[in-house]
Order: sequence, then structure tokens, then C-alpha cells
Amino acid sequence: MKTVFKKPESLTDAKFHYCPGCTHGIIHRLIAECLDELKIREQTIGICPVGCSVLAYEYFNCDMLEAAHGRAPAIATAMKRLLPDRYLFTYQGDGDLASIGMGEIVHASLRGEKITVIFVNNTLYGMTGGQMAPTTLLGQVTTTSPYGRSKDWEGYPAKMAELLAQNEGSAYICRTAVNDPPNVVKTKRAIKKALQTQARGLGFSMVEVLSTCPTNWGLSPVEAMKWVEENMIPYYPLGEFKVKEEK
Amino acid sequence: MARGRVIFSADRCKACGLCVEFCPKNILVFDDHTINVLGFHPVMLLQPDECTGCGICGLMCPDLVIQVERE
Amino acid sequence: MKKVLMKGNEALAEGALIAGCRGFFGYPITPSSEIAEYMARKLPKIGGAFIQAESELAAINMIYGGSSTGTRVMTASSGPGISLKQEGISFISDAELPCLIVNVSRGGPGLGGIQPSQADYFQATRGGGHGDYRIIVLAPSSSQEMMDLAILAFELADKYRTPVMIMAEGTLGNLMEPVIVREAVTEFPDKPWVTTGCVGRKPNVINTLHLSQEELEGRNRHLTEKYRMISENEKRAESFLLDDAEIVVVAFGLLARIIKKSVMEARKKGVKAGLIRPVTLWPFPDEHIQAVSRTARIILSVEINMGQMVEDIRLAAGGKIPVEFYGRIGFTPNPEEITRQLLFIAEREGLL
Repeated sequence: MKTVFKKPESLTDAKFHYCPGCTHGIIHRLIAECLDELKIREQTIGICPVGCSVLAYEYFNCDMLEAAHGRAPAIATAMKRLLPDRYLFTYQGDGDLASIGMGEIVHASLRGEKITVIFVNNTLYGMTGGQMAPTTLLGQVTTTSPYGRSKDWEGYPAKMAELLAQNEGSAYICRTAVNDPPNVVKTKRAIKKALQTQARGLGFSMVEVLSTCPTNWGLSPVEAMKWVEENMIPYYPLGEFKVKEEK
Repeated sequence: MARGRVIFSADRCKACGLCVEFCPKNILVFDDHTINVLGFHPVMLLQPDECTGCGICGLMCPDLVIQVERE
Repeated sequence: MKKVLMKGNEALAEGALIAGCRGFFGYPITPSSEIAEYMARKLPKIGGAFIQAESELAAINMIYGGSSTGTRVMTASSGPGISLKQEGISFISDAELPCLIVNVSRGGPGLGGIQPSQADYFQATRGGGHGDYRIIVLAPSSSQEMMDLAILAFELADKYRTPVMIMAEGTLGNLMEPVIVREAVTEFPDKPWVTTGCVGRKPNVINTLHLSQEELEGRNRHLTEKYRMISENEKRAESFLLDDAEIVVVAFGLLARIIKKSVMEARKKGVKAGLIRPVTLWPFPDEHIQAVSRTARIILSVEINMGQMVEDIRLAAGGKIPVEFYGRIGFTPNPEEITRQLLFIAEREGLL
């Protein structure tokens, strides 16, 4: 028998601190598998956010920076401009990317920065205890929307893939999920395509990954996967929203 | 005869249940007789002969618990 | 030796390029925009990266990233923009990333005005951001010094792995003077800590999160020891007519140059005046103050603010000498105004 699945080289041996069933672990591994398969671990620099994955710099086996909240796209911008032949990826959650970092992500996309953004959307702020996020669904109860998100008071949730796909600078924008094996495989494919978009210098790439937060949703990991399918995918449709081809 | 084999790093398992849920042969269970260093009942393979080495357990595992081998 | 007529802002920018700066990330704000514009013209021609960031906040984070590549990078702004950068400066200090941050100062607080100011002294020297950290602060007083201190700033930043700030009044940013253009810097220190891709080495991590108490305390003690070394080695100040001075003026920036004239005029009228011009605002040249506290009668702090550096002077003087303050807002006083003030003090103290 031969080994067909094992820990990728682009991950360290550190045990993940994430909650049981948290999809960060899956997404980290998919990114690492892509770095291995594309053979770019030593040319890659990753930037991790403020959020549950703030410690991602302990998990990825490549050069890593920890960023101030929301600012990873700005950090990646400068690094890619100064080191154009390296691979830059940012790894960001709902608050980091769509709230405090909204300015930075939109402008990185407008400028067509040749970076790859992995956006982990689980509809709330996990690390700080489950507060409302720009991606919280209408009617969803969180610790800061205790009566359910209302369109009249809190406004509508942000659809980041659609928003950024409008910009000419965006070269590959895709939304996937990791709630079941076929979607996990599709997520890996999308991440690889995003990195290849960066390699070809086509512009800004982002994969928005619909993810779970069992702890703050108050669900078991398996129930949380079902919640993604039943509640998130209808509002956040899966698919490729922008694919720029080379001329 | 099993076409596949799985190796568990049981001390990484948090008993999230995703591999148990998604195993197409339903041959993964929690080992009620063991508590690992993290305080969980880790996953175990109930019927090793049935394992096809499909790798879905490894795919869904968030904690790098499972290594999969196949013929 | 080339002498070129240059605006202060441009002399600073050219000095940065001479020092090997190859990344500028900033947002326009009066009166610093000329630095961004100069870099926008020059950097692309020499393979450098110029980005007009979407905000000062984004810009300081571009500095964080840019410095992590080992490149000499800088940003330039003014008071309100420097306020926005404070979180980033705290992060950069903990991550020990070298860089140059320029504040061409305008009036505040709030949107204030675009007149020259020295009212960002506290913001510059007292941290401004959160946590225990210091940044080196340099205060030029001429277009030549704008260039020379830019070159020095990068040297100190790399030597100590720390951010360096140059703070100049808006008037100095726009002052046209002949400047001796220095030779290009050719030697740069090794930076084994950079995050440029881990070919042939273990991965590097640049981070500022220290969750364990021991790690956090260790980090802080390490930084404090670094700041102690900087304090010991890098204080800089100019002394002017101090030997027999009875009234010592302390002033920084372009203002201090004006006050040299005031001091000379006061001397002609029989006042034994002198001047200390701090060049490093942090580390503050307290030894200069301590020296004159033994020999002079009174210190007068003159600033374009409501009294900021005067607190550092009082700290350094340790109660051994009276310290007074004279301040104006929104413009650099004429030499005569300060001469009059010196005469007034001299008469009052019976020094004439």
C-alpha cells in the first residue's frame, strides 16, 4: 500500500488550537496542499489576520506575517510590489476582511494587486465570542444582534465575492464551501486556480469559503455543516464570479 | 481484504465527528474506551477490512489526524 | 560636490533615495504631499515601488509589509495622518521593523490648519500608539538637514531595527535652499530576519502577538534594553553660544534657526543668551540641559505649540533651574519677537 493522503509539507507539526470541527483546519490544509503541489512553499509568504486564525503563523511552514486587524491586503500589496516573483496570500475572516478591512480589500482589488486572498466566511466574529459580522444573515441571532439581524436597523449582509467581482482589477473571484467532501475538493481546486492566477500575473484573486463556527452557532460540527447548506448557500451562492483569461 | 488503511494520530483528535459522518462505509466510530490527551474519545476504525482507502475521512478532518494508504 | 536649490520636502525625499529607499507608501496631505509627488516621479525610474495608498492607515501597514521584505521603505504625512498611523507604529515597533515615518507638521488639534506647527511633539515622543515603545525622532532645521537626517534615519532604523520619525514644520517642508547633494549609500546591513520566502532556511515569522506572560514580559524587556542603548548612543543636539550663557533658549526645527538670530541680536544688546537645539527629540538630549542647569540662570523653551517640549526640559533640569515657556501658534515668529522676549526676561531677572 502507498500513502495517498498525509499532512502536507507546507504545514508544521503544531496541533491546531481551533474548536472541534472548525473548518479553519480544513482550509489551512487545502492551502498547504496547493503550495506543495505547485511547489511554491519556499517562494510563498502568508499573512494572517486578527481572529481565530491569528495563530496561523504557527501552522503554515512558510514565511508568515501577523497583520493588524483588516490590514493584510495593504501589507501584501507592499510585499508583492517589492517582491513580484513571490507568492503572497492573505487569510482573513469576516471582521478582518469585510468590516474593518473593507477599505483595504476593495482597494487591493481595484489596484489589481497580484495577491491571493482566502476569505473565511462563517457569518460572525468567532474569536471574540460570536458577535454580528457584515456577513451575518438577516434574522440571524448573534450576541450583538440578539433580536435577529434586521434590514432596517443593521442593514443587509455583504456579498464580498459579488462586490469584488465588479472591479476590473479582479482576475479570479470564486465562492466555495467546505461543508461536504465534493465542496472541499472544489475549494481546493479554486485555491489552486487563484494561486495560478497570481502566477500568471492576471490580477487580484480571492476565494470566499463558506465555513462553520460550531461553537458560536451552538451546533455540533456535523449540524453546522448542514447549516451552511441550508442557510448560507441560498444567500451566498457558490460559483466563479470573475475569471479573467490571458489575452 | 481491505484495499485501504488509515493511521490515526489519536492525540490530535477532537472527536468532531466529521470523518464519522462522511465515511461512505460508516466504519468510523469514537473509541469510548479511550480518552486522549486533549480529553476526547478519539476516532477509531471499527471494521478495518471494509476500508477502501477513499480518503474522505482525511479530507474532512480539520486536525490532520488521519493518514490514508491505498493499494 | 553638487549644490542644488531644493525644497525641504524634496531634499528629504532625495535623501531617502540616496540612502537606498526603494518603497514609498503614503497618502496626500498638506504640507507633506510634495514628498509623495517626488517619490511618484523618481521611484518608478529606479525600480522602486511607489503606491498612493487608500488611507494613511493602509499606508502604515504597507510600511509593515514593505519593511518585512528587507527593503528600505518610508511614508510621509502630517498630524491627522500620523494619528491614523498610531496602531501601525505600535505594531511596527513590536515587530522591530526598520522604516522612516515623516511628519511635516501642521496646526491641530482636529483638522486644524495648514500653518506650520510643532504641536505633534507629544504624539511623536510619547508613543502615541499603545504599549511600551519608543521611536527615534529627528528634527531638522534646514533643507540640508532634511536630506542629511533622512540618510541618518535609515541608518539608525536598520542599526536598531526600529522606526524612525523625522518631524519638520510645514514651513521647512516648503523652504527652498541650496543643498549639497550627498553621495549614494552603497553598504547596507544584512537582514536575516526578513520574510522573502524560505529558500534554503527555516521560515521566518514576523508577529506582534505574545500571549504568554513570560513571552510578553521578555519582549518588553528586550525592547526597553534596545531603547536604553539608543538613549546612550544617539542623543544629538546643537549648542550655540552656551559657554557663558545666562539665558538659554531651547528650541527645535526651523524655529531654532530663527532663534539663533534672536540670540545674536540679544547679545548685541548685552544679554548673555545661548541656544540648545535638540536634533533628536527622542532620545531627548537631557545631558545638554543638565549641563546648563549648573551654569545658566534660566531656560526659556520656545515652541510653536502650547507647551510640549518644555515638559521634557523640566524633567531633565530636575528643578535645578527655572524653566519658562514662550509659544505661538500657526506661524514661525520673527527673530525680533524672541529677542524682545529675551530682553524682557533679562531686565526682569536683573541680568542687564
